[in-house]
Amino acid sequence: MMGANDHLAIEAYHLMKLFRLGSEEIAAVNDVTLSVKEGEFIAFIGPSGSGKTTLINILGCLDNPSSGQLVLGGRSIFDQGKTLSEAKLTRIRREIFGYIFQKFYLIPTLTVLENVVLPFTFYRKPGAESEVGEVLRRLGIDHRQGHLPGEISGGEMQRVAIARALVNRPKILLADEPTGNLDTKRSEEIGQILKELNQKEGLTIVLVTHNPSLANRAHRVIELRDGRIYQGEEPCDPKAGCS
Amino acid sequence: MINIFQVAYKNLLRKKARSGLTIIGIALAAWVLVSLLGFNRGYESSLNKDIDNLGFQMLVTAKGCPYEAATLMLKGGTGLRYMKQEIADSVASQPEVEQITPMLMQAVFDPNKGESGGITAYLGVDPATFPKMKSFLEFKQGGWFSDPNALEAVMGYEAAELEQREAGDLLLIPTKNVELKVVGVLKRTGTQDDGTIFLPLKAVQKIFGIKDELTGIGVKVKKEADIAQFEERMYRLPDVQVVSLTQVKQTIMTLVSTAKVMVFSIALIAILIAVVGVINTILMSVMERIQEIGILKSMGATAWDIFKLIWLETLILCLTGGLIGTAMAMATAKLTEILVRQLLPYAPSGGLVQINLVLVLFTFGVVTLIGLISGIYPSWKAGRVRPLDAIRSQVE
Repeated sequence: MMGANDHLAIEAYHLMKLFRLGSEEIAAVNDVTLSVKEGEFIAFIGPSGSGKTTLINILGCLDNPSSGQLVLGGRSIFDQGKTLSEAKLTRIRREIFGYIFQKFYLIPTLTVLENVVLPFTFYRKPGAESEVGEVLRRLGIDHRQGHLPGEISGGEMQRVAIARALVNRPKILLADEPTGNLDTKRSEEIGQILKELNQKEGLTIVLVTHNPSLANRAHRVIELRDGRIYQGEEPCDPKAGCS
Repeated sequence: MINIFQVAYKNLLRKKARSGLTIIGIALAAWVLVSLLGFNRGYESSLNKDIDNLGFQMLVTAKGCPYEAATLMLKGGTGLRYMKQEIADSVASQPEVEQITPMLMQAVFDPNKGESGGITAYLGVDPATFPKMKSFLEFKQGGWFSDPNALEAVMGYEAAELEQREAGDLLLIPTKNVELKVVGVLKRTGTQDDGTIFLPLKAVQKIFGIKDELTGIGVKVKKEADIAQFEERMYRLPDVQVVSLTQVKQTIMTLVSTAKVMVFSIALIAILIAVVGVINTILMSVMERIQEIGILKSMGATAWDIFKLIWLETLILCLTGGLIGTAMAMATAKLTEILVRQLLPYAPSGGLVQINLVLVLFTFGVVTLIGLISGIYPSWKAGRVRPLDAIRSQVE
């Protein structure tokens, strides 16, 4: 059984993300400092509009912060407004991350297997192809590989989306409301799968969810309100070290 | 495993009706293009064949409209002008002339021809010189006239079929009440001769009461002759004009070119409509798939990967449309020809729509180019989609 080690997978310092709404400036992410260890499973919870999705997008290099610093595996990605080129960010996304979303985004005319191996059309990690069968089996969809997405259940569709995120062997799995479209039973199944991926494979998982049962499977639960990390009823002070 | 081509192909299957309609639009444009190019090619080659099969390189006619002269030369006109027969002697005396053959064309309205009557052309020819100039003519039945004054006729293949006459039958000239004996039926030549009824020159002059007059003189020029100088001298003769084969070709091709410009403009419009249709289809498809394209980029697809994918979709649509359109054009070439003949009764004989491999490949080239060009904008737009766009629309 694997667990978190002391190497840091993600380091974020004083991240800010500001949006302008008319004359008003809104901080979707407000001075967030945190770190995630390799093999750790963390969950962001919080009410709608608390900045969970914006934060996970910044951590996953899908969005740029307005200010602050982001370091992945020791490599600086954003630093006070300076960022890597789009080509370099694409390389980081495909080498480090796997993403799963609330909507599954499967291509309806491709079979389950074709959807799972779709990332290989653009990028293939050496040896990844030989593990596709094992990924399908582990997620319990190997018997569905010839079916079209319209022929399988919502829970199975999300498993296909997870398999698609895993085929290129990411170091970090980012999951944004992965059970948002599923019933309780299917949500529990997905929660169990994520837990097993973390425990057995040592996969670092960053999760955003409204589902307390799912969040409770994580090593650490971080609450966000108004773009800030909260500890109890008080916003955490980054200077005092709150992550 | 799956490659980018399969992904592009399966993407197009999502909206089958829309993809199908776009393909039909392209197929129609390709069909129009192949048919027009085939018609252009066929018309030119048939016209050249018709002119080359005249057997002489020049025609001397009474002064008048050169277009009329060209028509007379190829099809037999109705507004005929006459010149004196002695002109034939002065033409024959020119040093460049190897041989001449005088001709007198007469046209008669036959109320029994077709559904509402039609014109029958009788060409009076000199039995001594005409067969020598037209040595390539072969007989299906019988032969040339027995006597220069005989009331005899030699019928072209189609004329004999139309009148249902064979050698030995009688043939009545309407309005003149003169009966001719059919002495020969020609084999099919694929030229205007197939529809002509040939009579001895003197017989035509006698039947129609035209004394010592001609409508044309066919001139065979010596090989080493300076044709330009000869033409120049001929122009000085009063009341006649010289129409050379080159002139005839140029005159008719000028007329054809004018029509061609219009026809190609229509083809161009059809192609432009197809291009707009393709851009619209692909752009709509890109807009509908913004989220999905964003997800592909989060999987590691670069802007170029997405550009290729969308470009391939456009190419697949265009090439499929091109293939169907070309096949349709080839399958309906005969039908197009029948239609063209209905619209252009004086079209040259022979295959009017000629589609060959070069033409097919050219059309494919054009259709591929359409695909490449019309795919650029939607593909570029898709390539610019950021993964975040997908996530944002999910949040909404």
